[in-house]
Amino acid sequence: MDLILEGIKKAFCLIFTLDYEVLKILLLSLRVSGTATLISLFFGIFIGIIVALSRFPGRRIVVTLINTGMGLPPVVVGLFVTIFLWRSGPLGFLGILYTPTAMIIAQTIIATPIVMGITLAAIQHLPEKLRLQILALGATHLQMVWIMIKEAKLPLLAGVMAGFGGVISEVGASIMVGGNIKGYTRVLTTATVMETSRGNFDIAIALGVILLALAYLVNLILTQIQQRERLR
Amino acid sequence: MKFGNVVKILLYCYILGILLWFETSEAKTGPKSILLATTTSLRDSGLLDLLIPIFEKKRGYFVKTIAVGSGQAMAMGMKGEVDVLLVHSPDAEKKFISEGYGINRKIVMYNDFVIVGPFEDPAKTKEVKLASEAFKRIAMTGALFLSRSDHSGTHIKEMEIWKSISMNPEGKKWYHETGLGMGETLHVSDEKRGYTLSDRGTYLALKKSLGLEILVQGDPNLLNVYHIIEVNPARWPKVNEAGAKAFVEFMISMEVQQLIKTFGLNQYGSFLFLPGAERK
Amino acid sequence: MRDEERRENEEGSIPILEVRNLKVEKGGSMILNIPFLQLYGKEILSLIGPNGSGKTTLLQTLSLLLSPFQGEIFFRGKKVGDCYSFLEYRRKLALLFQEPLLFNTTVFNNVASGLKIRGIKRNEIETRVEENLKRFGIDHLRDRSPKTLSGGEAQRVNLARAFAIQPEVLLLDEPFASLDPPTRESLIEDLASILQQTRMTVILATHDRMEALRLSTRMAVMKDGEILQTGPPEEVVNRPMNEWIASFVGTETILSGRVIKKEEGTLLVAVEGEEIEAVGDAGVGEKVILCIRPESVTLSISTARETISARNVFIGRIEEIHSMGFYHKVRMNCGFPLVAYITRTSMENLSLKVGREVTASFKATSLHVIRQKEDQGIERLKIK
Repeated sequence: MDLILEGIKKAFCLIFTLDYEVLKILLLSLRVSGTATLISLFFGIFIGIIVALSRFPGRRIVVTLINTGMGLPPVVVGLFVTIFLWRSGPLGFLGILYTPTAMIIAQTIIATPIVMGITLAAIQHLPEKLRLQILALGATHLQMVWIMIKEAKLPLLAGVMAGFGGVISEVGASIMVGGNIKGYTRVLTTATVMETSRGNFDIAIALGVILLALAYLVNLILTQIQQRERLR
Repeated sequence: MKFGNVVKILLYCYILGILLWFETSEAKTGPKSILLATTTSLRDSGLLDLLIPIFEKKRGYFVKTIAVGSGQAMAMGMKGEVDVLLVHSPDAEKKFISEGYGINRKIVMYNDFVIVGPFEDPAKTKEVKLASEAFKRIAMTGALFLSRSDHSGTHIKEMEIWKSISMNPEGKKWYHETGLGMGETLHVSDEKRGYTLSDRGTYLALKKSLGLEILVQGDPNLLNVYHIIEVNPARWPKVNEAGAKAFVEFMISMEVQQLIKTFGLNQYGSFLFLPGAERK
Repeated sequence: MRDEERRENEEGSIPILEVRNLKVEKGGSMILNIPFLQLYGKEILSLIGPNGSGKTTLLQTLSLLLSPFQGEIFFRGKKVGDCYSFLEYRRKLALLFQEPLLFNTTVFNNVASGLKIRGIKRNEIETRVEENLKRFGIDHLRDRSPKTLSGGEAQRVNLARAFAIQPEVLLLDEPFASLDPPTRESLIEDLASILQQTRMTVILATHDRMEALRLSTRMAVMKDGEILQTGPPEEVVNRPMNEWIASFVGTETILSGRVIKKEEGTLLVAVEGEEIEAVGDAGVGEKVILCIRPESVTLSISTARETISARNVFIGRIEEIHSMGFYHKVRMNCGFPLVAYITRTSMENLSLKVGREVTASFKATSLHVIRQKEDQGIERLKIK
């Protein structure tokens, strides 16, 4: 118990003294996971809508694949991304293993199926005739898709939250493709793991608390938007 | 707040992020970057956090340190995935060199392994001087022993000792395999009141949070030697030859050797590593 | 003035919509088969038929929402797909469903949505939305969310959204089906007068022939994806082409006439040269529809009017007799068409036959009077 209190005290110390190391780790976490979430939003919503609105043979299999992908284990993603990015791997020429870019790639792969699955569910949850009604008002197909996105924005925001929450708290892939390099690819989760193994439990707890606070803050903002939308 | 506004805010954040990105991450993937594979025990000791910034400042390289077990570090070296290794399992290293995967192997420093365990010492290992004797007693009393089982240098050393007393502990009731790094394995041992083999550096670094004591030390067989090896650039053209060479030179330089000697003295009241370069 | 007339004539001569050999298949069976259908400007065509008769399929195919389909659609004489792009054509139409399907934004933005889609300028959107909010009596709801609206209010927003587009053809798919009767009544009433005002060309799908009678100028009866009969509503209802149509639409006598006298709740209505008394509410000079249920008509062979207590007594000639199990359906001509049900026993007692003259009578209270607003002018005069 003392250890936890000590850790929380340390967390406040680190935050309020704007510890350079911690600040760097925090910013990198935000940047990597934020970018990954944004990219996954683009692909996830795009593909999710296409699958939701179209009928083609084998669609059921695709939907099952997407739903499976929502639970993609980060370490498996990490392993495959690592193998692809190795110097001897198919994408080795890029030379981006152990860089934040590699972490963004891995996290995007983790978050995209989550966003895709939630988009799929959100769009399918809309009234079936809504699509026809929008077209009947003279919309082009692109306008129709945009209006559908706006109609499904609340569940889509949940998708953003789930995607971001999934990648910011993810450690397996980050450590494998990022390498936990000090000041370069060290994010909150990998730093927490490392400080734990070093026996610096107070710092580990402090990092954990910061991670929790960060996840809480991001979700608070999104929930705020969601609630405001609902009330209107 | 309108949906469009939210999208806008997210976009601004994104652009801001990209700008910040360029500020910190320019040219860290090119010829001026070195990939160093080392052991978790070395990373956890904090020594590299002291040395690498000096090297980066002096020579203008950016060092990416990947901390894994010695076994994995050498496997990465065999595939040419890293440029330089800092490892501590001499037999495997010799094989690595003889098979032509590495060149320019240099001793950097050493410390020793110690057998640690609970002060109650159920296997009475305190009475013996030799590690092999202590292992025998542990096996005979069936006292709990925790193994890292991660093909790290420490694990390989542990297996050597078991082999020397013709014993295969795997699968035994009293033999637990953690599959974790040194620090975690020490904590598990502490929680379970078991024995384990640790390098002195990690043990000293964690001593304050552990209820474990050094029970066996000083056996010449427990010497823990760290070597630095360049991955053979003739074999893997993508290896950063110049960077690796520079790092090897740096690690065996007088300045670094002096730093190794004094590292940890203030914090732990004892040395963590002894410089090894001048020994040869 | 002359220009306007000419344009009117042109509009009259070229149909706005023309459909040739329209076929839609689903799962191997034909769900829509329309060899030929025309819709002229200012027409209000009602499609009536039971569920699954292809009304919705026809409306959605006309809006190009269902694909694939075979056949050709001509808009103002020009083929859709050749002279008009599909989008251009779709933007000339508006289709409205049974459920309001409003967007999750304000009422104002909902009504504006079709205009925003068309990239219309902001101030024009403003005026057109205002105009239609007022038209449907919902301008007080402009900032509300559709979630807080009643069913009737939501359908008014839905109608305003379609009207704001100012479509050349408005397609309504069962717009009142999900509303409760009083709400439906007031909405139908309002829509009837708005349609009069705007002179909009409309296709209305409904399964309720009263709606069709009150709103439409032409009626098309659909069954199994085909149009069985088209014509003015009274004609379809009174002279159904076959038994099925008769049983679906023609169970009552439906007459249109004009009120010529009004005293103490009793109206005297002129119908095709005859005068019928009815109990109901309508102003003198107003056009009304009279519905007479066949079971309220009594027949006798006596031609003496004095022996019958009912006020409406007419002599007619039997044109048709159909057996309907326990009943016989007797269709006669009393100067206007009239249908009566009669039991088998009375049938034999009276020895009724086609061509025979009978006396038909019905009470003024058994008539159903529907007011038909043909001219907004009368309405305004009345208010003054």
